[in-house]
Amino acid sequence: MFDLIFIVPLLPLIAFTINGLFRNKLSKTVVQSLAVGSVGVSFVISVLLFVELIGLDPAARSITQVLFAWIPVGDLQLNIAYLLDPLSAVMILIVTGVGLLIHIYSIGYMAHDPDVKRFFCYMNLFMFAMLTLVLGDNLILLFIGWEGVGLCSYLLIGFWFEKKSAADAGKKAFIVNRIGDFGFLIGAFIIFWAAGTLQFNELRAVAPEMFVVGGSAITLATLFLFFGATGKSAQIPLYIWLPDAMEGPTPVSALIHAATMVTAGVYMIVRLNFLFVMAPDTMMVIAIVGCATAFIAATIGLAQNDIKRVLAYSTVSQLGYMMMACGVAAFTAGIFHLMTHAFFKALLFLGSGAVIHSMSNEQDMRKMGGLRKHIPITYKTMLVGTLAIAGFPLMSGFFSKDEILWKAFSSGQGHWALWLMGILTAGLTTFYMFRLVYLTFFGERRYDDHVAKHVHESPKSMTTPLIVLAALSVIGGLIGIPHALGGGAHFKKFLAPVMAAIPGETAHGGHHDMTMEYILMAIAISIFAAAWFLARYLYRMNIDKVTSLKASMAGIHKMLLNKYWVDEFYGAAIVRPIVNGSIFLWKIIDVLIIDGIANGLGYIARDMSQTFRRVQTGFVRGYMVAFLFGVVLIIGYLVVR
Amino acid sequence: MINITPLIPELFLLVMAIVVLMLDLFSSRRTVVVPAYVSMAAVIITGFLVFKFGGDAVRWGSNAIFVADSFSQFFKVIILGAAFLAIGSSFGTADRMTHHRGEFFALLLFSTVGMMFLVSAKELILLYVGLELTTIPLFVLVAYQKTNRASSEAGLKYLIIGAASSAILLYGLSLLYGYTGTTYLNEIAQKTAVYFLSHGFIPNAEGTTDLVGMGPAFSVALMMIIAGLTFKLAIVPFHMWAPDVYEGAPTPITAFLSVGSKAAGLAAIIRIFDGMLYAFSHDTMPNDSWGTMMAVLAAVTMVAGNIIAIRQTNIKRMLAYSSIAQAGYILIGVIAASKLGVASCGFYMFAYMFANMGAFAIVGLYAEKTGKKNISDFAGLSKTSPIIAALMTMFMLSLAGIPPLAGFMAKYYIFAAAIEAGYTWLVILALLMSVVSLYYYANVVRIMYMVDSDNKHHIIPSFPAGLVLALTGIGVLLFGILPQSILDMAYKTASSFIF
Repeated sequence: MFDLIFIVPLLPLIAFTINGLFRNKLSKTVVQSLAVGSVGVSFVISVLLFVELIGLDPAARSITQVLFAWIPVGDLQLNIAYLLDPLSAVMILIVTGVGLLIHIYSIGYMAHDPDVKRFFCYMNLFMFAMLTLVLGDNLILLFIGWEGVGLCSYLLIGFWFEKKSAADAGKKAFIVNRIGDFGFLIGAFIIFWAAGTLQFNELRAVAPEMFVVGGSAITLATLFLFFGATGKSAQIPLYIWLPDAMEGPTPVSALIHAATMVTAGVYMIVRLNFLFVMAPDTMMVIAIVGCATAFIAATIGLAQNDIKRVLAYSTVSQLGYMMMACGVAAFTAGIFHLMTHAFFKALLFLGSGAVIHSMSNEQDMRKMGGLRKHIPITYKTMLVGTLAIAGFPLMSGFFSKDEILWKAFSSGQGHWALWLMGILTAGLTTFYMFRLVYLTFFGERRYDDHVAKHVHESPKSMTTPLIVLAALSVIGGLIGIPHALGGGAHFKKFLAPVMAAIPGETAHGGHHDMTMEYILMAIAISIFAAAWFLARYLYRMNIDKVTSLKASMAGIHKMLLNKYWVDEFYGAAIVRPIVNGSIFLWKIIDVLIIDGIANGLGYIARDMSQTFRRVQTGFVRGYMVAFLFGVVLIIGYLVVR
Repeated sequence: MINITPLIPELFLLVMAIVVLMLDLFSSRRTVVVPAYVSMAAVIITGFLVFKFGGDAVRWGSNAIFVADSFSQFFKVIILGAAFLAIGSSFGTADRMTHHRGEFFALLLFSTVGMMFLVSAKELILLYVGLELTTIPLFVLVAYQKTNRASSEAGLKYLIIGAASSAILLYGLSLLYGYTGTTYLNEIAQKTAVYFLSHGFIPNAEGTTDLVGMGPAFSVALMMIIAGLTFKLAIVPFHMWAPDVYEGAPTPITAFLSVGSKAAGLAAIIRIFDGMLYAFSHDTMPNDSWGTMMAVLAAVTMVAGNIIAIRQTNIKRMLAYSSIAQAGYILIGVIAASKLGVASCGFYMFAYMFANMGAFAIVGLYAEKTGKKNISDFAGLSKTSPIIAALMTMFMLSLAGIPPLAGFMAKYYIFAAAIEAGYTWLVILALLMSVVSLYYYANVVRIMYMVDSDNKHHIIPSFPAGLVLALTGIGVLLFGILPQSILDMAYKTASSFIF
């Protein structure tokens, strides 16, 4: 069974190749069936692999499948090899499972797009890259997947490239990610230089000997890697690309910019958790950056009017939670939240897609309202998603968020301030999510008659994934119910073999006092209730008060609406100086000096070429002379030397 | 009684060559198909025989004169591969001949047998005979299109320069014999090593030693052997025949010359320099005189080949200069004189075989259909024959050394070997020259894809030509992604040498 690991990423690649080469000859149905079918079979195999893996003894749950040696030279032995362990098993389940649902959804969503075949090609290529990323058994293979998903993200954000804003957003995402990738590579180089291997299991074995806890090599390497993660997982300072990425089709936002690709940074840190725990300073940075990102993105989400942008900032904010979990060494909690977030955020994005679909592509919530009766399935499923993300008790988001907040408070790397910011963010999350629900589905209708004629529930291919994801959002948390609530914490036990022991902490701290955990849980629930009540009061009952509230807090509102002017700040402080510098470099250094040299060399080469060509006269006597001249010259050299 | 089992593949191919000759004589239907397919089958069977009867040596007394070691097996695979692909792409060319069509294939097989001897020879006279058996049929083949002036001219030029270089090689070999009193390579190696051990390695002022201690005659002998063998590889300044001959010869023969002939010459050079002269080349003198001299030759070859290729308008001439430059890269592996060096040479030749045979096959196919031979004539090919254009792109990019194609891995290993051996400056130069080469390789791609033309020629290859293109296309891609198996084989070949 484990021989089939490589099939999981291979199938989408095959579908991509066939569709990519022959999409002009194949019918739309064939392309779609291939694209969806390949992901479907991958999902089935992933489930089988998962079941098989659970059947093994926990200590034996790490299977490496070496496909072939790729670059074996000197000390560098790079294999194309896949690693299946509890972490990657969970990841491939999420990627193929959510991926499959989104592929199915796309059939309906993209039905009227003339370029739907190209869309499915890119989606399959993305699946291949993402699965390579999570299954790769060394940092280089992970990096190949990392770059692959970045490329697909670029292609899919700019899918409607005729629209300038979409093309620009694609470029922005790619460039910002490249900045992060640079950090990733430097981190990887430092690790190879210091430890001599990039293979995860080997690295894990040699790390305690090769690195000093808190030493400069490990701290630098992990900091650079984390910088790479801030690019891919949209953390401060590189989060700015993700909201703009909403220019892509909505299934892309759901798959790439919510459920899978943006979590790659979190996955990478958890994959290398044994390195990160050796660098407490890096952990602190991660915790603070994650916490700040969660809070700031949530505040921006309060004031956005575009339904997808609210969700985008919400994604940034939730990724911040995951990072914070990593920062306080609660890696399992991070992955747990990654999983539940994949369910409910994919659901919310797909739901928003269904709303946009029914509203004739309107995305501004101020022009919606009262949709509850017209699109009931979308409404109900989105409400489930909202309750899940807001942390309604016993929904999936409740367990995973609670776990992170508890760890932020209680773990050795944690701090009460982190918890406080986290719990405030949770309140903000509840508020902006219910604001979204009330603005969209309740109140007066605010769209014109022309749109009203077309309001309709989405086709089955779109509502079915919504229902499945809603179910998962409800029950997805049950596998990780903490001991405090009488659960078995199965998720944590399952992932335990992948996690390193944290230096300075005993592996299992025994039974802690659960009173504190209950108190914090109670606070979380009351904050949830308060935020819900406030949102209901403002946006359901007294929507006219919102305007006066906005007026009274005009300064703050403007600041939030404009996203703290971060884009403008980057524009003025980084992009413009770079552009100006580039213009200088371009006009003076490049055109005059470098091009001068390069063209000069080119001309010299060309002229030399012309000159040398003349030596080739076509006369044999000339050739013989050259031949003998060569012999004499070399003999001369050998004798004289 | 001499054990001739290791010779069975060569003898089989020799017999088959005669059979093909006879077929032409007796078959009433003057068709190209029978001798061509018989030749292709013979080549494949010979390939199997090479592995079946490998490992042993033909001995004269206690000295091996002909070895079928893994090194020779590897190179024989390349040579037979080149022969197979050349025959496969010859159908069109041979079809247009009015006479002697069977002889065309027979001569090709004779030359192949010569190459196989050259690769296995461990004795100077056998080596020389192998070389002549390789070259003489090629003289005829190059001039095969008698009515074509360029072909006749090319044949004559090749004959004159080839004969001269043979003479120089023979002179070198006789000097070597005169100096050591033996023609067996292993005895020569021993005697020269003993000489050095008894006289001691005398370091000169820079701490290196050189061959001057053995007297100028030895240096002259070595030099002449180098000249005679690098002529086959078209190393500058012994390259001047190549562009004219490559351009004039029938295209499949050009391809065969540029791959088979080079592989055989390369194997002989490795045998002599990495095998026999190893004693002078290591540890005590990392920058010994022959190594430096060969490095200079490689450098000059890369520079001249790549730079002159830029301004070529005829695609065969461009590929001729390109293959001169490629020989320069390969020579770097010889100079490295290490296990990795020999392995990388083998791998390079293997990768180069696919890309070069494929490229020439397309050139031949195109010229057959359209009669055009200039690079600019390829304009618009991506529209009329997208698959052919895509394959040509792959071959060009593989020759330029772009990942994930086989040519990239080949260059990577060659450079790794050279850095390991301390020739960093050579690698830097080679890298720069690879950049230069990208200009003319990518230019072909640019013209195929970006230049519009009213060209309406839709190229449909015949079955054998299609087979050649499929095999070379798969080879270029497959061994770029999965180089391991071939590299392992190439590594094993290095066990024939005492590094």
